[in-house]
Amino acid sequence: MATVKEYAGAAPAAVASAVPRHQIVAFLAMLGILLVAPFFVYPVFLMKALCFALFACAFNLLIGYVGLLSFGHAAFLGSAGYVSAHAAKVWGLPPEAAILLGTAAAAVLGLVIGALAIRSRGIYFANITLAFAQMVFFSSIQAKFTGGEDGIQAVPRGTLLGVLDLRQPYTMYFVVLAIFLGGFLVVYRAIHSPFGQVLKAIRESEPRAISLGYRAEHYKLLAFVLSATLSGLAGGTKALVFQLASLTDVHWTMSGEVVLMTLLGGLGTVFGPVVGAFIMITLEHSLAQIGSWLTIVQGAIFVVCVLTFRRGVVGELARILRKPL
Amino acid sequence: MATQALFGQLLIGLINGAFYAMLSLGLSVIFGLLNIINFAHGAQYMMGAFVAYFLLSLTGLGYWWSLLLAPIVVGLFGIALERTMLKRLYHLDHLYGLLLTFGLALIIQGVFRNEFGSSGLPYAIPAQLTGGYNLGFMFLPAYRAWVVVFSLGVCLATWWVIERTKLGSYLRAATENPTLVRAFGINVPRMITLTYGFGVGLAGLAGVLAAPIYQVNPLMGADLIIVVFAVVVIGGMGSIMGSIVTGFALGVVEGFTKVFYPEASNTVIFVIMALVLLVRPTGLFGRAS
Repeated sequence: MATVKEYAGAAPAAVASAVPRHQIVAFLAMLGILLVAPFFVYPVFLMKALCFALFACAFNLLIGYVGLLSFGHAAFLGSAGYVSAHAAKVWGLPPEAAILLGTAAAAVLGLVIGALAIRSRGIYFANITLAFAQMVFFSSIQAKFTGGEDGIQAVPRGTLLGVLDLRQPYTMYFVVLAIFLGGFLVVYRAIHSPFGQVLKAIRESEPRAISLGYRAEHYKLLAFVLSATLSGLAGGTKALVFQLASLTDVHWTMSGEVVLMTLLGGLGTVFGPVVGAFIMITLEHSLAQIGSWLTIVQGAIFVVCVLTFRRGVVGELARILRKPL
Repeated sequence: MATQALFGQLLIGLINGAFYAMLSLGLSVIFGLLNIINFAHGAQYMMGAFVAYFLLSLTGLGYWWSLLLAPIVVGLFGIALERTMLKRLYHLDHLYGLLLTFGLALIIQGVFRNEFGSSGLPYAIPAQLTGGYNLGFMFLPAYRAWVVVFSLGVCLATWWVIERTKLGSYLRAATENPTLVRAFGINVPRMITLTYGFGVGLAGLAGVLAAPIYQVNPLMGADLIIVVFAVVVIGGMGSIMGSIVTGFALGVVEGFTKVFYPEASNTVIFVIMALVLLVRPTGLFGRAS
């Protein structure tokens, strides 16, 4: 049976002590584009894409490097959004504290859901995470503090560390960019650390990893919590950017969307989730006029990707260049 | 607590349970042989209801014809999907099957929503099943009684075919070891195609049954299917009897929760799922893998 990894682009074969040069080039290119982009493109659009890019990177950590398909990642994005929005609006906390609190909430939720879900694999895992996320969704409808159908609106962005006024779009943009880059580098570091190598070993063959003395469950749970935490970071940031936390972010369609972004960009590639997120957000904006066509287009991309384009954009690029990206 | 309300919710629970059972049964049958989770199951259930609606509005064929024809139409649609797309994925990780059917569900639901909006179309209860019986302690609408009895019959018939007939033994053998069964000269790929068609047909049948109770709505299967996934996890994936029993039982549990603690009625199934996973990760009726 072939597994995800064979179609996941060219994963780095060995631990490289130094970062490969082409990855540095790619990273600098990405950084350059993101630094000048807000002067040409509407910043809110870019911030949205960056939040989703971080979300997709966090998701990719699980599917790409541990081989676990979570179909419930919206739970972390959405609940962190609610907590951050509540902290900023009702408790009046500064933005850094609000985002951190949301992130922490996602981490705790990730620990609880992960501890239950991690014992299963493959389709079971996907099913179970989906069901837990749905539980979070229904709780969000009913809980008082989430505001039900209305969500939490008019969340103040506040002043970061008492210095940076986040009401300024550019200030907000560069803060979001910094958060995204921080998350991106954490994921990169995690993948290329000894920890990441163990994760890949578990993905290839869990019994072998266990027989070598690794406690596979612990590693998988840690990866799950890390992924949930970073998703929470994305969710908390997104709530401040849009000054809104709503049911959309906890709904299962959001879980599907992050799968799609990562699949389109390239499962198990470093830059794939970012590219996938930017493509999907662009598509959403350009298709916003024709409403429900968006769902059809998303579905069609899913089908095409699964049938003929399993490496994704960056995965294909990496294959052509013969370098892992 | 008024007994009227209690029995009323019990009946609603049984109805929901009937749909959970039929849908999770179809998922289990498909999962057993194809090893994929059919995410398009909710969309195919919705298609069943729409086929019934079209048969009535375009050709004048009523409920009873729909009960026969809609599962066939939807099943054939499933067979076409299996032949053109799903079969290309069998050599890959099973997750790709999940992703493909998820994409298909988005497309199907999107197309229907574009055409019919999300408000829902009415479908009348067949004349023979209007009215109801006064049981003294509650009023039992005839159609709802019919849904429970009929779907229970369909479920048990499916169980009987799979567990007690020669055809079913081939199916179970192919689930265990497809290569060996093929070596005995049985056309396993065709069996896989027909099994998928059958599972999808069951979803279509459930859709016809649902049409007079709920409205015919493009999104009627979208959220339902996720609850059914939880039902499948609780029952144990691939277990035939497990899906039937847990389907009905969870419907009833959900109904009772609506009476005693309505706030939890949407989440009770997921809470049960979490508890079952703690105690028996393979589900109540699942075998250890």
